[in-house]
Amino acid sequence: MPHKQVEILLVEDNPDDAELAVQALRRDKLANEIAIARDGEEALDFIFCRGPHANRSFESPPRLVLLDLKLPKVNGLDVLKAIKGDPRTKAIPVVIMTSSREERDLVEGYRLGSNAYVQKPIDFDQFRKVVKALGMFWLVINEPPPPQTFEAN
Amino acid sequence: MFSFRDATIKKKLTWMSALASASALLLAGSSFFAYHLVTYRSALVRNLVIQADTIGLNSVPSLRFDDKKSATETLSALRADPNIIAAAVYSADGNLFASYAGNGGNGQAIARVVPPGRSDAIRFDGRRLRLLHAIVAEGEQLGTVDVSYSLNDLYADAARYAAIAAVVLLISLGAALLASSRIQRSFSEPIARLAAAAGAISHEKDYSVRVEPTRNRDELGVLIGTFNEMLAQIQVRDAEVEAGKARFQGLNEELEARVLRRTAELEATNKELEAFTYSVSHDLRAPLRRIDGFAKLLVDDYGPQLPADAARYLSRVREGARQMGTLVDDLLNLARLGRQELKQQVTGLSSIVEHVTTGLKREIEDREIEWKIQPLPFIECDPGLMGVVFTNLLSNAVKYTRPRQHAVIEVGTVEQNGHPVVFVRDNGVGFSMKYADKLFGVFQRLHRAEDFEGTGVGLATVDRILRKHGGAIWAEAELDKGACFYFTVGSTPTDGPGSRSTQGGTLNAAQAS
Repeated sequence: MPHKQVEILLVEDNPDDAELAVQALRRDKLANEIAIARDGEEALDFIFCRGPHANRSFESPPRLVLLDLKLPKVNGLDVLKAIKGDPRTKAIPVVIMTSSREERDLVEGYRLGSNAYVQKPIDFDQFRKVVKALGMFWLVINEPPPPQTFEAN
Repeated sequence: MFSFRDATIKKKLTWMSALASASALLLAGSSFFAYHLVTYRSALVRNLVIQADTIGLNSVPSLRFDDKKSATETLSALRADPNIIAAAVYSADGNLFASYAGNGGNGQAIARVVPPGRSDAIRFDGRRLRLLHAIVAEGEQLGTVDVSYSLNDLYADAARYAAIAAVVLLISLGAALLASSRIQRSFSEPIARLAAAAGAISHEKDYSVRVEPTRNRDELGVLIGTFNEMLAQIQVRDAEVEAGKARFQGLNEELEARVLRRTAELEATNKELEAFTYSVSHDLRAPLRRIDGFAKLLVDDYGPQLPADAARYLSRVREGARQMGTLVDDLLNLARLGRQELKQQVTGLSSIVEHVTTGLKREIEDREIEWKIQPLPFIECDPGLMGVVFTNLLSNAVKYTRPRQHAVIEVGTVEQNGHPVVFVRDNGVGFSMKYADKLFGVFQRLHRAEDFEGTGVGLATVDRILRKHGGAIWAEAELDKGACFYFTVGSTPTDGPGSRSTQGGTLNAAQAS
C-alpha cells in the first residue's frame, strides 16, 4: 500500500511528551503525517528503511526529524551521528528538541551535524510557539532538499 | 717560575732553617774573625814598637860615637824574629846609618834617606807593616829606627781561619738541615695530611674521612683533633639531613599520592554531580512540562464545560508548574557555575550594563524608570558571568521599584582602599538590615511571593560568581527607602565594609538619596 510522505518524524520516548508535541503541531495545522519513534533503534529502523520499516524507501525521507536526546537503546546523539554519517540520509534536517540545555550536548549535537537545537519550554504556550515556529520554518519556509540529494553515490 | 709563596710548607721550613743557621754562623764567624784581626794587629804593633825601642836604645852609643859596626850588630839581633823582613837605623840628618835584611828580604826595602820624625809612623803596606821610630836620648833625636814586618803569617792564619769557618759552616748547615727536616716532619706531615683530607672531603663529600692524629700534643695535634671532631659532627648532621631528606621525600610521595587519590575522588564526585545535574535538568523538567501541557489542553478543549473553580484551580496548577520550572532552571545555572571555568579578559563594565539595561527596558516599556549610569571601569573578568551579575542586580532593582511612580536606578563606582567598588542602587522597597545576612543564601527571600515573584537563587548566583572572581558583594538598605548593592571583582579590599558580612552596615548615600 502506498503511504503518504511522512512530514515529521518525532523521536520521543515518553508518550505524554509525544502527545503534547503532536497536539502542538496539530493545533497549528502544520503537519498531517507525523510518525513517532519511541526509542533510538526504532528511529534508525525508520530512517534507514529496515526492520518493521523495510517497505519504506530512501527516496521519501521525513521532511524533518525532531530528535530527543535521552532515549532508550540508542541515544539521540548516536541516532544523529548515524543519520548525518550516511550519504543517503545526511541531508534530512534534524532538529534536536530536548529538555536540557547542556553545553556539551549543544557542542556535540552541532559537531555531529544537527541543523538546530531547541530546548522544550515547560510552559505549554511557549512550547506551542516553539513547535509552531519550527514547523513554519522547516515545512513551509524552508526549501526541502531535492530527491537526488538522497541518492547514494 | 718558582715562587717561594707557592712552595710547600716543607720547602719553606727547610729554607728557613738553612737561612737561619747560615746567617747565625756567618755573623758569629765574621765577628770573631774581625775581633781576632784587630787584637792581633794591635799586639803586633805593640811588639814591633818595643823591638824598635830596644834597637833605638842600643843604637844610642853607636850613633854618638858614629860606630856603624856596632849598630849593624845591634840590628842583626832581629834575626830572632823571622817575620822581620828588613830594618835600618838612620842618623839624625836622615842618612842611612846601619841596615839589616831579614830572611827573604832585600836592601830594596831600605830607603837611603828618611826624614826625621819625632813620633812613630806605622804604615800597613800590602803584605808588610812598616814602623818608623825616633831614637831619642836626653831630649835630643839622634836618629830613626825603621822596621818592616812581613804580614804573610797573618794572612796565612786568616786563610786557615776562613777555611775552618767554611767547613764548620757547611757541617753545621748540613746538621741544621738534617735536624730541621726531622723537626719539620712533625709540622709538615700533619699539615699535609690535613690538606689531603680537606681536599678529599671537598671533592668527594665523604665525611667519614679522618686525619691520622699525631703523637704530639702541640697546636697541630689539637687542630687535627678538632678537625676530626668537626668531621664527626658534620657526618652526624649529614646523616640527619639525608634521613630528613628521605623522610621528606617519603612524605612528599605520600602527599602526592593522597592528592592524586583526592583528585580522582573529586573528579568522580564531579562526574556524579554532572550526571545528577543532567538528569535533574532532563527528568524534572519533563514532568513539569506534562503537567502544564495537559492542564493547558484541558483548559483549551474543555474550558467552557468546566466550573469556574475548576478553571481557577487549573490555572494554579499551571502557575505552580511554571514556577517550579524556573526554579529548576535557576538551580541548574547555579550548579553549572560551580563547574564552569572563568574565561577572564579585560572587559568594560559599561558595555555590559548597557547591554543588560537595553534588554530590561524592552520588557518594562510601561514603567517610568530613571536610569543614572556613571562610566564604569575596565576590569579583568568573565564577561558572560559579569553579564549574569548585572542582569540579576538590575532586574532586582527593576522588580523592587515596581511600586514606585518614579523609579530611580543608579549604577556607578566608589573608591575603597584604592579599589573600585561598583554599586547598583535603587529607590525601591528595600529590606530590613535585620535580614541582610540571609540575602545571599540559596532560596532565601525577603519578600512574599505574592508581592514580588522570585526563586531566591539570583543573589546566591551573583555571590558565587563574584567569589569565583575573588571579589565580594554586600548590601545596604532601608525598608521602604531603597537598597544598594556593592561589589568588587578581583582582590577584595581588606578592611572597611568590604567583608562579606552585611550586618551592622552603616547607612549611607543609598538611604540618604
